[in-house]
Amino acid sequence: MTTWTVIDEQAVHTVEAGETLTVDPALLGWQRKPEGLCRDEVCIPVPAGVATGPMDAALLARLLGRPLVVDVAERVAAFGASAAERADALRSGLAPDFALPDVDGVVHRLSDYRGRKVVLYAYASW
Amino acid sequence: MWQALHTELGAEGLTVITVAIDDSLDAARPWVRLAGATHPSLVDTEHRFADLYHCVNVPTVLWVDEEGRIVRPQDVHYVSTEYASVTRFHPRKPIAALRAWVRGEAPAYEGSVAGDTKVPTETDQEARAAFAVAWWLHQHDRAEAAERWFVRAGELAPHDFTIRRGSMPIRGIDPAGPAFFQMVADWAAKGNAYYLPLPDTATSPDDFDVEPVEQFTMEQLQARIESQRDAADRAGHGD
Repeated sequence: MTTWTVIDEQAVHTVEAGETLTVDPALLGWQRKPEGLCRDEVCIPVPAGVATGPMDAALLARLLGRPLVVDVAERVAAFGASAAERADALRSGLAPDFALPDVDGVVHRLSDYRGRKVVLYAYASW
Repeated sequence: MWQALHTELGAEGLTVITVAIDDSLDAARPWVRLAGATHPSLVDTEHRFADLYHCVNVPTVLWVDEEGRIVRPQDVHYVSTEYASVTRFHPRKPIAALRAWVRGEAPAYEGSVAGDTKVPTETDQEARAAFAVAWWLHQHDRAEAAERWFVRAGELAPHDFTIRRGSMPIRGIDPAGPAFFQMVADWAAKGNAYYLPLPDTATSPDDFDVEPVEQFTMEQLQARIESQRDAADRAGHGD
């Protein structure tokens, strides 16, 4: 077995797998059921012949519509967010909530400012 | 300047939240101190905000109303005239529009917010995943492997300067030096724009007639950036 680091957006997991990365869908919040991979009310069919338990990471990413980047030599992989999910969220009109630290390390959520008009200004020191 | 607007319009219901897309709290802190900021001054080291809002360059602004709805899409927004003679972005119209919205004198946006909101492609999201791998490798002192993924992320999303320019300090490249200017020149030579502003408050030549800005050369610009860095450095050491 080989130890992999699997990044799922902000979560970082350690996964034991072989030379090819396999990931249990439960790690990403999806449960294997007779209907397929399910989360809340949504189920995604799984091709016939795919065993329960950990599955090929590339197949899992494809089924979920999420990008997957794998550095085989470094044993590091990242599942990104689905473009469709991001697009739907942005077009829904509701500002996606986030939690980020200020320069003193105090965490603020955008939703803390509900009831105020907010200007979100992105900049950088570069 | 954002601090001034936060102070001016705070009693009328506005909160300014700034998000520095920087690689550490330390990188952002001197600039926040220099600005004397009392508004929330956040730092997005992992590009969480950039991912959620498909933010591909700075400086940008979007407006959120009291119910948490985006009422004006993300847009390029320089708030001061400081670099206006070089960037050709004048803040006159955007700031007037902001005041009018906060005071209830004008709608936030005349166009379609959903229609004018830029959203990511699958390749853009693959670039973010590549950046996530690069960032993790960087944090675990695997610089060579990290470099490969920073470069790969930039190749996947060549229009994403939060990745291409934002990763420069991590990679030991001066983000306001020759590599940056060459990157922008190459990008423009292929017929691309470095910024894509919304039409309604986009700068027009007459803005510069109404409110003239200080003119300076590229050499003066670089000297100015150096002097600002020094000032930020002093502010950062002053606490």
